[in-house]
Amino acid sequence: MGYPHPIHPKETPLLSQHFGELDGSRRGGYRALGQAVGMTPEAIVDEVKASGLRGRGGAGFPTGMKWGFMPKDDGKPHYLCCNADESEPGTFKDREIMRWTPHALIEGCAIACLGIRAETCYIFVRGEYTEPGRILERAIAEAYAAGALGDNVFGSGKRIEMVVHWGAGAYICGEETALMNAIEGKRGNPRIKPPFPAVSGLFGMPTTINNVETLAAVPPIITRGGAWYAGLTLGSPKSTGTKLISVCGHVQRPGTYEITLGLPMRELIFECCGGMREGRTLKAVIPGGSSVPIMNAAEVEECVTDYEGIAAKGSLLGSGGMIVMDDSTDMVLQICRLARFYAHESCAQCTNCREGTAWTTRILERILRGEGKRADLDLLLDLAENMTGKTICVLSDSCAAPVVSGIAKFRDEFEAYLSGARAPLAVGA
Amino acid sequence: MADAQVTLTVDGMDVTVPRGTMLIDAARQAGVVVPHYCYHPGLPSPAVCRMCLVQVEKMPKLVPACVTAAADGQVVHVHSPEAKQARKGVLEFLLINHPLDCPICDQAGECELQDFVFQEGQAGTRYGDYPKRFNPVEDFGPDILYVPNRCILCTRCVRFMEDVAEAPVLNVSERGDRAYIGIDPDHRLDHPWSGNVVDLCPVGSLVSKDFLHKARAWDLDKTASVCPGCTQGCNVTIEARDEVVVRLRPRTNPEVNRWFMCDAGRADYRWMNRGDRCEAPLAIGDGRPVAHDWDDALTTFASLVGESDGPAVVLFGRRASSETIGWMLRLLDGRRTTAAIQVPEGPEAALAAVPNLALRRERSPNLHGARLLGADADWDAAIAALGGAALALVVDADLSDAEAAAMSGAARVVHLATVADPRLTTAALVLPVTTMAEEQGVYVNRDGRAQRYLPARTPPGMARPGWWVAASAWQRLGADRTVPATASEALGALPAFAGLDHDALGWHGRVLATAAAGRTR
Repeated sequence: MGYPHPIHPKETPLLSQHFGELDGSRRGGYRALGQAVGMTPEAIVDEVKASGLRGRGGAGFPTGMKWGFMPKDDGKPHYLCCNADESEPGTFKDREIMRWTPHALIEGCAIACLGIRAETCYIFVRGEYTEPGRILERAIAEAYAAGALGDNVFGSGKRIEMVVHWGAGAYICGEETALMNAIEGKRGNPRIKPPFPAVSGLFGMPTTINNVETLAAVPPIITRGGAWYAGLTLGSPKSTGTKLISVCGHVQRPGTYEITLGLPMRELIFECCGGMREGRTLKAVIPGGSSVPIMNAAEVEECVTDYEGIAAKGSLLGSGGMIVMDDSTDMVLQICRLARFYAHESCAQCTNCREGTAWTTRILERILRGEGKRADLDLLLDLAENMTGKTICVLSDSCAAPVVSGIAKFRDEFEAYLSGARAPLAVGA
Repeated sequence: MADAQVTLTVDGMDVTVPRGTMLIDAARQAGVVVPHYCYHPGLPSPAVCRMCLVQVEKMPKLVPACVTAAADGQVVHVHSPEAKQARKGVLEFLLINHPLDCPICDQAGECELQDFVFQEGQAGTRYGDYPKRFNPVEDFGPDILYVPNRCILCTRCVRFMEDVAEAPVLNVSERGDRAYIGIDPDHRLDHPWSGNVVDLCPVGSLVSKDFLHKARAWDLDKTASVCPGCTQGCNVTIEARDEVVVRLRPRTNPEVNRWFMCDAGRADYRWMNRGDRCEAPLAIGDGRPVAHDWDDALTTFASLVGESDGPAVVLFGRRASSETIGWMLRLLDGRRTTAAIQVPEGPEAALAAVPNLALRRERSPNLHGARLLGADADWDAAIAALGGAALALVVDADLSDAEAAAMSGAARVVHLATVADPRLTTAALVLPVTTMAEEQGVYVNRDGRAQRYLPARTPPGMARPGWWVAASAWQRLGADRTVPATASEALGALPAFAGLDHDALGWHGRVLATAAAGRTR
């Protein structure tokens, strides 16, 4: 279901089939976990590898391969972290999973624990997600009561503990190593990699960290087989399965849509979402959460919605948080808002990010106020260059991406402010 | 087993380092300094300043040299256009919120931000007219002010307190460009080793109240020395402006104090600048002191020693050099001599994460040298031995009233003094001697490590080193005796240090075989 709207024929409801249903009692829950407790960890990992499932949090790293990095027989406790700190502007897909099908997530986490030989799973829930988080906590209690979690999962003798850890509202805690620091009670600053989490993660132990949507996709892969999941593709064979796309912005029906990867972006926007608002035309799309480069209408027109298709158009599938903007949008203002967000959320450890995000914001505000200088665009691009690929995590790069793509694709709008052709706005200090 | 050594190329120079060495250290070994802020050899590296990004061939991105291990065959470019451009970018970012208050900043002249900006930053600013980040100065501790506007958030101070002192009272507060160094509201920065954060701070953000606006860095004369505060023997630099000592700072010695020194040692320098010093030899005749030249004074001293037929007592002050102790005892050779060094005691304060480094209970830098040289009597026993002594020498000791009164029990008293003591009414002779800050000498620390210190200021008036005074009197008491020309010769002539010369001790000292043999460590 293109929640909160009725399901569209172009959708493939797999994770979202029960979105909006209040009664969750008859869904055949935990069949996959029942099956997984009888499997070896290798078999579970192999099944996920065969599915071609890739990380749904943004990076798109093959999930089975990530699980395969976990050491075997090392005698150390292993941990699973579920990243439910969904804070990327424009992204609200994990929220729906936790609200409507929390048991699918719990089951996926439990199977992942078996696959990576972990006995403890931390689910790091975004601090503002009070409603989904409470639902998840209630569901975990139910799962314990039903024997799906605890010392003896379904009588198998295997132990899986699950803990909800509430975030405190910092965007950066969605970065995987910052998330681990936050769970450990430290300041949520990203860590330097290497060491990678599979070697030294949470509490210095081998750790796998996956996104909510990634883990929720695991149960059907176990019950129906990796090969079946791998067959779900409309485009590149490297992009398999379904993806929740949370569409917001100037479309007729914003919401969370589940598509088979490879669906043309045009069909998603103009058919599933009902197209632009009355009398408006498409101007730009940020396809994967605010951190990815902006696409213009021409690029959207030809774009296939999967990892490779969007990359071919110079952007990224990212988290699947799609922000659609029509011709009424002031791109300079929107980019400024994004930059201000990153400046606010920078953890402050890397110089380039701490100072660069704030400076970028100030320049953009100055341009909007009509006080910009001609050299400001080159300065912005130069700063973006100094902010890209030079820091511990990618927050800095994320701030630079919309600036660079915005200036490249909508330069005339910036110049309209610089020349005075567009009336200044009262923004910033 | 993989090779223990790897060979790589840094800016065209081959260098071989142990496996696991970080690029920044390997580069230093090749003679290339990679500009850096958050990295410090004594602290864990967080790689946050992004200043040490270098180019490594076959790596897709620039890498932080402080956390990237050197590997065999690596080709590293510290000064490639890409690396320099990246550093220029970082410097520009660091400067946009940094006030240009260098003219009133204590750090100016020894500021790593100044240094690297001069080296490879850009002259102008592109920041424009935006106001810089402003936060008021904070009083962090008894001797430390935090000037947040100058802070570049390298977090060395935070890591020192957390990982080295293990007293985590500092943190990074707030986020983004609003961030600053915060202090636990229930604590002060008053740990016994907290002064090190001032040295560690690469800019003028953490400043010492004691040194505040006292002197410009470029006006300071720096002298390698050893802290006279306790038996640890931390290596220090005495920094003086126009003969006035203005601060002590730690001098790196990996074997003794690493990069650090304690606050007690740091604060203990004002006595070096005392104005009320003994400047001329005084002989007491008819109850009135009369100034003499050294020749007369030494002849008198020699005859006092020569005519003393009976036991002698020598009371050494806590900072007496090995040379002075050794020659004073040689002067009294053949007599029954009770010699002791004064060792005040105080609470011990360890630096948690550094093994074998503490402010020691025994507050004398040369207790072990004194023992080695035979000045090994118990202090109270030496005071008791004054009664009935034929001769007592007080060598810059700091006596209590009772101890000063006990001096009258000795038949003859000679005071080798830095400062006159009116209580020593029975002293026949007062001879002006130098402090450790005015002479060259050697201390032996608690591990038997002999370390030299150099003169940081000119002695007042006619003051001379204690060993020279002793040797000159000794020369007058026998034929074919010569006075050593230097402190180094004076040391080498002592059996306990046979043949050792100061230069052989280098800048980090040397553990004496004789001293080490007596210890289990």
